[in-house]
Amino acid sequence: MIQALAFYVMAAVTVLAALAVVGARNPVHSVLFLITAFFSAAGLFVLLGAEFLAMLLVVVYVGAVAVLFLFVVMMLDIDFAKLKAGFAQYLPIGGLVGGILATEMILVALAVGREGAAAKNALPDANAGGASNIEAIGQVLYTDYSYFFEAAGLILLVAMIGAIVLTLRHKPHVKRQDIGAQVARTPKKGMEVVQIKPGSGVEL
Amino acid sequence: MDPTLTPIGWFLWTLLYVLIVLMGVMISLAFLLWGDRKVWAGVQMRKGPNVVGPFGLFQSFADFIKFFVKEVIIPSSADKFVFLLAPLISFTLAFGAWAVIPFAPGWVVSNINVGVLYLFAISSLGVYGIIMGGWASNSKYPFLGALRSAAQMVSYEVSIGFVIITVILLAGTMNLTGIVEAQNGGIWHWNFLGGGGLKNLPLVVIMVPMTVIFFISFLAETNRPPFDLPEAESELVAGYQVEYSSTPYLLFMIGEYANIVLMCALINLLFLGGWHAPWPEGFTAGWPDLARNFYFLLIFIIKIVFMFFMVAMAKAIVPRYRYDQLMRLGWKVFLPISLVSVVVVAAWRVFVTGAV
Repeated sequence: MIQALAFYVMAAVTVLAALAVVGARNPVHSVLFLITAFFSAAGLFVLLGAEFLAMLLVVVYVGAVAVLFLFVVMMLDIDFAKLKAGFAQYLPIGGLVGGILATEMILVALAVGREGAAAKNALPDANAGGASNIEAIGQVLYTDYSYFFEAAGLILLVAMIGAIVLTLRHKPHVKRQDIGAQVARTPKKGMEVVQIKPGSGVEL
Repeated sequence: MDPTLTPIGWFLWTLLYVLIVLMGVMISLAFLLWGDRKVWAGVQMRKGPNVVGPFGLFQSFADFIKFFVKEVIIPSSADKFVFLLAPLISFTLAFGAWAVIPFAPGWVVSNINVGVLYLFAISSLGVYGIIMGGWASNSKYPFLGALRSAAQMVSYEVSIGFVIITVILLAGTMNLTGIVEAQNGGIWHWNFLGGGGLKNLPLVVIMVPMTVIFFISFLAETNRPPFDLPEAESELVAGYQVEYSSTPYLLFMIGEYANIVLMCALINLLFLGGWHAPWPEGFTAGWPDLARNFYFLLIFIIKIVFMFFMVAMAKAIVPRYRYDQLMRLGWKVFLPISLVSVVVVAAWRVFVTGAV
């Protein structure tokens, strides 16, 4: 009973928050609703018994990706009147894409409802064979799919290097702190004792 | 039939647990807050709070009442809903995280398999309270504070994550009770000395630095001095909290301290043996379970208070970091060290102690 209740509450929150992402007038509110949607989706994962995926969803998407979204969106200077003016012009193509997606999802939902999940059987148990789903995922990921796993890692590495190359600029006149040089500095290097004759200046 | 197995019985039982943990943490926070101020005062050769109650012990309660009865001021140009939501989020997350902290064997609200990951997830959400508060205030200093904290907390989460992975590798589980049980049997089994007894002792060269990195990173993660840049009073007045007053401010402050104590508990669970004392504990074998659990609880609390004392001392004696130094420390020092450590500990697990 509690599970059913939790499912309906979290499913409703997910759907409503997802609608609000599109509907909210303020982009910061949109991102906040997006975070709500992610979070309640993580709750749905927990109900399925996939607690590892749920936690990863929260750590990766809510804790890191959405923070950067929010970071960027907060600093945008958006002219709302301009934004709203171009809204109707994209309605046909947006409606078309949305309609196709909705049809596909309804078809998939109907098929699953009639025939069961992919392999024509019930939802597989997330904790089958007594192993927790962390162990289960790890055993599959690092054996059967290790090539794909490494390839994905390589692609991310390339993307990261690309971002660094695009944004890295060496500015010649910037003074940077060199902690090694600071620590290695001795009184001998930093100080000079000069004997000054009376009546003459000093040249450094 | 066990009444805790029916839905309503389970609900009431969990509610009772939650209330006990919540009240226990709240009340101990009041005294830890007092202790924090006393330590700070002691370092600066002041007396600190000494008026309300014996030795000023009830100062926190007086402050609580003061905050409570003041007027809530909301800036007219603030985003009202988000403005009030932000401290609530900070507060709720800080206390929500306590759900998986085991206080003694079996004394835990929710003994989930991914306890460490849950704590990591919840603490990574903590940044939202600060960002939302800073943005919704619609004011410059809070906004700057929010931006600083967003960058800071995301940066230090990465190294905290890697440090936690080394502990998970040593213990072979993500369940916090399991991690503590793996450190059973005296101080040489604790994870900061390599975990797993004398045969893992060479790992001490990795695990002691990991403990230190975790400690420093959690100071940055909870915005404690010397990393309190989001609320640096000499630069940003009070950062993201500038526009807050009365109860919303109180919620931010309690949330912040609950997070600090939570991290003190976490560093104990992960590295310092949790509720296990440094000496072998065979003599408790004959005790009744309840007495044994209270003994463990006492050890755990002493360790938390010790860690909190370290945090308070760090606040009192370390000058604040500059922002570029903070970023350098996080990305160029801690991240490479912890990354290499994960590889070394994983290799140790496979080639020396044998695969799990």
